[in-house]
Amino acid sequence: MSSDNIDIRYVAKLARIELTDDEVERFGRQLGDLLEHAKTLHELDTAAVSATAQVVESRNVARADAVGRCLEHETVMQMAPQRQGAFFRVPRIISEDS
Amino acid sequence: MSETMELSAAEIARRVNAGDISAREVTDAALAQIDAVDGRLGAYLTRLHDLARVSAGRVDARIKAGEHLPLAGVPVAVKDNMCLAGTRTTCGSKMLEGWVAPYTATAVARLLDAGAIPVGKANMDEFAMGSSCENSALGKTRNPYDLGRVPGGSSGGSAAAVAAYEAAIGMGSDTGGSIREPAAFCNLVGFKPTYGRVSRYGLIAFASSLDQIGPLARSVEDAALAYDVMAGKDPMDSTSVDRPVEPAATALRSDLRGVRVGIVKEFGTQRLGPEIDSLYRRAYLDLERLGATLVDVELPTAEYGLATYYLIAPAECSSNLARFDGVRYGLRVDGEDVGQMYERTRAEGFGPEVKRRILIGTYALSSGYYDAYYVKAQKARTKFGADFKRAFERCDLIASPAASSPAFAFHAKSDPYSMYMMDYYTIPMSLAGLPALSVPCGYVLPEGSSRPMPMGLQLAAPLFGEVQLLAAANAYECATQHARQQRPEGAL
Repeated sequence: MSSDNIDIRYVAKLARIELTDDEVERFGRQLGDLLEHAKTLHELDTAAVSATAQVVESRNVARADAVGRCLEHETVMQMAPQRQGAFFRVPRIISEDS
Repeated sequence: MSETMELSAAEIARRVNAGDISAREVTDAALAQIDAVDGRLGAYLTRLHDLARVSAGRVDARIKAGEHLPLAGVPVAVKDNMCLAGTRTTCGSKMLEGWVAPYTATAVARLLDAGAIPVGKANMDEFAMGSSCENSALGKTRNPYDLGRVPGGSSGGSAAAVAAYEAAIGMGSDTGGSIREPAAFCNLVGFKPTYGRVSRYGLIAFASSLDQIGPLARSVEDAALAYDVMAGKDPMDSTSVDRPVEPAATALRSDLRGVRVGIVKEFGTQRLGPEIDSLYRRAYLDLERLGATLVDVELPTAEYGLATYYLIAPAECSSNLARFDGVRYGLRVDGEDVGQMYERTRAEGFGPEVKRRILIGTYALSSGYYDAYYVKAQKARTKFGADFKRAFERCDLIASPAASSPAFAFHAKSDPYSMYMMDYYTIPMSLAGLPALSVPCGYVLPEGSSRPMPMGLQLAAPLFGEVQLLAAANAYECATQHARQQRPEGAL
């Protein structure tokens, strides 16, 4: 649980954010400080306490299985940074030799 | 400045409904005020002159046809994390700098349907993460009461706009204090309803279990009027609560007889310095003078609020902001493969605070740390709910500071933790989902300054206690009239 050795590059990889060397140093230090503060939570006795995800009581909701209004396909596609016809265009995911 | 812009939202609506003034005339006055002062203040990221005039024309036609509209002709500033079809919606981020919303958020749609006029999209801390508006990647907003100070955040643009008479109502969103703190800094009423009272459909998500939309206004009555319109179940947000909304604007009170107000022992104001301490003591005495009974209550978990919040909110944000990947909308920075494209897009599109929170959240949710951090924080959250439940057995409302200081100078909070401390008093209510508001309670002179800066009194109620909360705040406001004692220099 030690936060002294956060592998900030690994966390950034999980979060899909490219960091500069300067950011690795700065965020690494700041995260360490924040997690140090977060550790004060361990003073709290929560043995008999369940976790809260939602404060207001709610039930799962299923709507009627009917076609409703939604965005036009073309409206959505026009927001795409790059497209090819009806598809979002992205860089190659699978290389030819794999 | 046109006198029209000094009118309350309630008075504007009354006059427009009565035909004494047209929505178009009010709108022109608002747009003129924006053109006159916003170059200095920077409250808006996008001015909506054309849309505002078209909307005003529609409102005038509806009034002429005999309709009565609760917000007829009321100029409204919309925080830029709320979608408004056909307008740029940026979240204060380079990630969405050029993005035009294809639909309108439910809360915004309800205000517009009630006759409100959208005059601009207001600046904010990027993705609502911050307490000063300094984290906006797209502009700097100044506090109308002292241009050298921040307006608060994250709803700082909406607050500055309303304080400077560039709108009568501001729409804000509050995750850990983002409506209440800027309201306190800009001498406004800022109201966060119970979690789930107002639909989040069309609000760009930050921390979904905490985010809530609410109004900023120059009076409790105006805030109540806007709340009455925006609250209620929405089929497009399954977390919006299906429970009748009792109107608050018609239930405002002028005294506090029979109301028990809890003062939280752990929130002792002595540590805020003698001047601020005595300001809050006076505020509590004013509540008593209005007929309230003051009782001491305890929130033993209070000191763990920041630690709890700064695990839960980043965890939820790291998940919510995963959608910004350069594929379907927003910024894209190309890379050699799809992974590099994601990483470069997010490196360039997000500012430092957003990256910091995504990293904290990713860490807290990662394998090996999930139970120790995220689940632990969720259990602490349960304790907050239990604390408040116990406290509300002894009182009807809780009073406290809204922020621990008045608005601070730009760059005064350079390390993240000192900025996070600004939310110390607002976070516990957010974690418990409670309705809470900030109402002006006087002024203090910041060190080395000759300009008195406003402070806010936070009042909180049990879940769904909006009507009692607004009624009590109105009594306090009417009896004290603090907001009227200083004029915002930046508005004139």
